[in-house]
Amino acid sequence: MLLTALAWQSLLSRKITVGLTIFAISLSVALFLGVEKVRTGAKASFADTISDTDLILGARSGGVQLLLYSVFRVGNATNNVTWESYQDIASRPEVDWIVPISLGDSHRGFRVMGTTTDFFDRYKYRGGRGLEMAEGARFDDLFDAVVGADVAAELGYETGQEVVVAHGLASFTEHDDKPFRISGVLARTGTPVDRTVFVSLRAIEAIHVDWRNGAQIPGQTVGADAVRQMELTPGAITAAMIGTKSRLQIFGLQRWINEYPEEPLLAILPGVTLQELWSLIGVAETALVGVSAMVVATALLGMAAMIFSGLAERRREMAILRAVGARPWTILGLLSLEALLMAGLGVLLGLALLYGGLLAGRGWIDQSFGIYLRIGAPSPRELAVLGLVLLAALLVSLMPAWRAYRMSLSDGMSIRI
Amino acid sequence: MDGEDAAMAGGTSGQAEQAIRLRDLQFSWSGRTSFRMEVPDLRVARGEKVFLLGESGSGKSTLLSLICGINAPQRGTVEVDGTALGSLSAAARDRFRAERIGVIFQMFNLLPYASPLENILLPLSFAKARRARVADPRAEALRLTAGLGLEADLVCGARASELSIGQQQRVAAARALIGGPALIVADEPTSALDAARQGDFLDLLMQQTEAEGATLLMVSHDARLAERFDRVMDLSQVVLTSREGPGAGG
Repeated sequence: MLLTALAWQSLLSRKITVGLTIFAISLSVALFLGVEKVRTGAKASFADTISDTDLILGARSGGVQLLLYSVFRVGNATNNVTWESYQDIASRPEVDWIVPISLGDSHRGFRVMGTTTDFFDRYKYRGGRGLEMAEGARFDDLFDAVVGADVAAELGYETGQEVVVAHGLASFTEHDDKPFRISGVLARTGTPVDRTVFVSLRAIEAIHVDWRNGAQIPGQTVGADAVRQMELTPGAITAAMIGTKSRLQIFGLQRWINEYPEEPLLAILPGVTLQELWSLIGVAETALVGVSAMVVATALLGMAAMIFSGLAERRREMAILRAVGARPWTILGLLSLEALLMAGLGVLLGLALLYGGLLAGRGWIDQSFGIYLRIGAPSPRELAVLGLVLLAALLVSLMPAWRAYRMSLSDGMSIRI
Repeated sequence: MDGEDAAMAGGTSGQAEQAIRLRDLQFSWSGRTSFRMEVPDLRVARGEKVFLLGESGSGKSTLLSLICGINAPQRGTVEVDGTALGSLSAAARDRFRAERIGVIFQMFNLLPYASPLENILLPLSFAKARRARVADPRAEALRLTAGLGLEADLVCGARASELSIGQQQRVAAARALIGGPALIVADEPTSALDAARQGDFLDLLMQQTEAEGATLLMVSHDARLAERFDRVMDLSQVVLTSREGPGAGG
């Protein structure tokens, strides 16, 4: 008790250096926990990108690749799925619903996705949340388009505006003979949906009806009105989202698709492949945790250096304590206790900084990065980290404390300055 | 440890009339220097006020650290208040010092960040028996400081670092005296004071030591202060030092 009071008063008497040390520790703790929060938040948001879809179908390639282009709109499909195969699978008894996806075109840097209006009902994220329209309605006319929240925000689009789809992903040829009208804007989801332009599957067919091998066939152009009269059955699609009637049928259907004899196909479970993908990204995550752990270590070493530099001028304090009967161990305990108090205050202040920062910034983070940060009591893992910080502080303080112990043994009661 | 605990409690060992007894003592700092000292025989009677006259470098600090049990001699015995320190462990010697000895340094006696009152009460937290002898520590501290001519406001309100050196020395005296330790060891307690205040401080210290029934051992190089004491000893006659060997001549 006396030791605590002494340590406390001693710290109070060095307000500035002690305050700065505590502040450094608190910043490092807030950083570490902040990284931890963002990491788990990002991981959860990532895993929540798609839910309630049992299987994703595509041409045979890698599972991660299929997930990347079908859900994250990253990279390209190496092959398509023929419409016949799609029909075959759609008619399987296990299939409850199936939503086709056709990719390949773009609009000013955003991917264009051809699909059916079922997509807006079937696509779920963050554990079952559905898509909602921020304004306007789903596509109805052949040349209607629905845009994601980022597309609308970055390009300043509103409903009713006309847009032109470019052929391919980074091409200068545009389907400018068949412009689209924006029928609706989706509410923000924090998923790749925000960065996508949606049109109907038939529209994709329509804009390519007079194209061969990536270029318009000269002299055979079909006008926008003429195309409405045509039968626009797609020859192929890029991928499809599948829901089964019973979860027990997922694996059976997956095997059936993977062994489909007419065409090499692949079906993946999105959740499993997301995990696989995250484990690839996880290297960066580990690096981030490593760096913030280094920051904590630096702050603690700074504290040890501060205690060290104070030892010389505190020799008389130790001689006094020895003279009134303190044991050398008491001196060691006093210095370690001071370090613990500083680290403890640093941890508390760090938590305050973290939660203050979370409260202030989480709306903005969700809006800007689509990362939803939960505010809750520290997780057991975070508490363990905080405990480790205190333990590390104690261990680090043993260096100067041990030196003080040696000094108080050799100095005894004589005061050396 | 029962024997040690009994020794700690103190105050009852009336059969020992010596407050300090050093016999055939030999001490040298292990490894560091060639300094070696011997004390064939030193006795200070209970209640006596003894003045040890000696220049710095005459083994003064070493002698005091041996009496206080900070260091242990290689040979010979140190008895304080009837207890042979050689029979105690290092930790027990620390406790013994807390219980039986009050120390006053030349200067820088106080923890600068604590109040004078907290400084005075400091030894009580290391010494159970001394604490038990004081019914109300705060009142006792104020009684002692009043006797030493310090105002209560100053003792309770200020921080130790705000006191003048003279005031600090009086607070140090009160700390040495509180709880009635058997022995007060003062190491040049007046040398930081100006001549006029030296006498005042010593008079107060002696009065209070006498009132508490303690023994006073003071070391100083200033022979003018000697007349107030019961007995004066020349350190060079009590302590034989030698600086021979590889490190000699420095």
